[in-house]
Amino acid sequence: MSTLLLIEQVLNGLQFGVMLFLMAAGLTLIFGVMGLINLAHGSLYMIGAFAAAAVAGATGSFVLALIASLAAAAAAGAIIELVVIRRLYDRDHLDQVLATFALILIFSEGTRWVFGSFPLFLDIPDALAGPVMLPGGIQYPAYRLLIIAIGLLVAFGLFQLIARTRIGIQIRAGESDREMIAALGVDISKLYTLVFALGAALAGLAGALVGAIQSVQVGMGEPVLILAFVVIVIGGIGSIKGALVGALLVGLTDTLGGVLLPGFFGTFMEASAATAVGSSLASMSIYILMAGVLLFKPTGLYGSA
Amino acid sequence: MQFKSLILAAGLAAFASAGLADGHAGTVKVGMITTLSGGGAGLGIDVRDGFMLAAKMAGNDKLEVVIEDDQRKPEIAVQLADKMIQSEKVDIMTGIIWSNLAMAVVPAATAQGKFYISPNAGPSALAGKGCHPLYFNVAWQNDNLHEAAGAYANDAGYTNSFILAPNYPAGQDALTGYKRMYGGELAGEIYTKLGQTDYAAEIAQIRASGADSVFFFLPGGMGISFLKQYAGSGVDLPVVGPAFSFDQGILQAVGDAALGVKNTSQWNKDLDSPANAAFVEAFQAEYGRLPSLYASQGYDAANLILSAMDKADVKDADAFRAALAAAEFDSVRGDFKFGTNQHPVQDYYVREVIKEGDVFTNKIISASLEDHVDAYAAECSY
Repeated sequence: MSTLLLIEQVLNGLQFGVMLFLMAAGLTLIFGVMGLINLAHGSLYMIGAFAAAAVAGATGSFVLALIASLAAAAAAGAIIELVVIRRLYDRDHLDQVLATFALILIFSEGTRWVFGSFPLFLDIPDALAGPVMLPGGIQYPAYRLLIIAIGLLVAFGLFQLIARTRIGIQIRAGESDREMIAALGVDISKLYTLVFALGAALAGLAGALVGAIQSVQVGMGEPVLILAFVVIVIGGIGSIKGALVGALLVGLTDTLGGVLLPGFFGTFMEASAATAVGSSLASMSIYILMAGVLLFKPTGLYGSA
Repeated sequence: MQFKSLILAAGLAAFASAGLADGHAGTVKVGMITTLSGGGAGLGIDVRDGFMLAAKMAGNDKLEVVIEDDQRKPEIAVQLADKMIQSEKVDIMTGIIWSNLAMAVVPAATAQGKFYISPNAGPSALAGKGCHPLYFNVAWQNDNLHEAAGAYANDAGYTNSFILAPNYPAGQDALTGYKRMYGGELAGEIYTKLGQTDYAAEIAQIRASGADSVFFFLPGGMGISFLKQYAGSGVDLPVVGPAFSFDQGILQAVGDAALGVKNTSQWNKDLDSPANAAFVEAFQAEYGRLPSLYASQGYDAANLILSAMDKADVKDADAFRAALAAAEFDSVRGDFKFGTNQHPVQDYYVREVIKEGDVFTNKIISASLEDHVDAYAAECSY
């Protein structure tokens, strides 16, 4: 395998990683601050993508579509927090899983009811269509570079938000002691709604960004949700830094595993058998990574014990 | 799902009671298990709509249909099948889209003496040694469309194909089918994850492989993702695939990225026959959209059953089976007959994705395989 191809695959892994980060950041914030397992996070991702597709279809503007995805997902997040999730904070995790699973079904079938059963069209803006030439002669799709840039910007913004702002202080305080922060006069329920909407908006943004190069269809969120859970378990639940590191690790492992493992088995096996064994093992690679991390750090890389 | 099922149930109840009101013997009860909710719902809905359109057009009040949603889950399909056989007491079953669900349901249903008419899934296991006298496939055997693609690749002069498919039984059937007909070299062979949505890594490998063409089998959303990403990657090799990634339901979501792509199918809306013209027109009038190949398969499945009902009583299994095997109905595909393993012997075509006004669709550009018999027919004996 040439160095250029390897660099290109590393970029692919990075791009996949930052996309996972957008999903995992919201999930880990919600779990960290409120102690809630939100299975419906994938539905918020789907809502973002559908809102973007609808607005892009009506206006033709990709920027408006991205704004719509943020707004729609944040609004949906705030509404379900106010109507459903709020009643679940004091219940155990099983009740939360059941209720948020019900939300998945409601959102999936509701979306199908509104938009129909067939996938929607959402394309990348013309200005970003096609590849750009990177130094060293690598052709790489411009849009994927944009995803990497947006993901890193969002990560930077989140770190600033958590570390430098008053809201960030409240979020961190909420993570370590919920009763105390309420006793100090912070409106905890408003904080919860805000955090939930923020997490939802990030998921919606991820859905819109990715929807443009994948398919916008009902059920698109659930496979990503599973990966996002893997990411936050690896990174340590509640840690934004852990979510970023975990997401990049998972992205790189998944991409490079799929590329390198079949080649590795090909050195001593017959070609089509090597492809089969290599790709099967590659699909397991991130779970093996997760098991390995948990073996040595049971609370994840940046988790607090 | 609930709401839709309610509407569906109400519609069916009306349908069923109309059938019952008539009340005389000879009613044929068909149990349709298909995918009506979740990610793959578009396919099941097309099969159902095609089937119900044929039933409506025939106006035969002895045909009674019970429809259930399998949610694309094998365990649910099995439960529904048990319910249909034991409490609904259906005579014929049909509807399943996915091969893994078909493998879970069909052998059990035929073992209990029910006819099964497959409007889509055609796993090799049921076409060869596992064939059954009560099992008919009215669509194709899984390998067929890929074989047609391989034959097209030869005609187009491709000598170094890069091939990829998801790592599951139908994906393996696909690459096997392509390789069976394709005579050139392979620049690369990749199994992707089932349900994978990002193909950047595979596209980079295609770019580096020195291939002269790409064959892919990525049904549904996977194909949409692949084509959009492929178009944005700057790789310029010709692409060929089976019709599953280019059907009417998903072309609009792929958009310009699919324009000009060659794909292989046993059917297209521009096939020149009166039966097909009537079908396309009636489907558009009834549902307000263009039919897909899945809809055509559902339509043919219903017409096959209706043709057998005219000739024999479903309670007389041997006579009914002979009537089905004769396949004396006006298929939208024109020429249609069953081979010895009760799978289609039919023509396959090469289609090209074009734009008609604002709508992306396919047109037939050439024939690929004529009167093609699937590779497993010889292994089947009853």
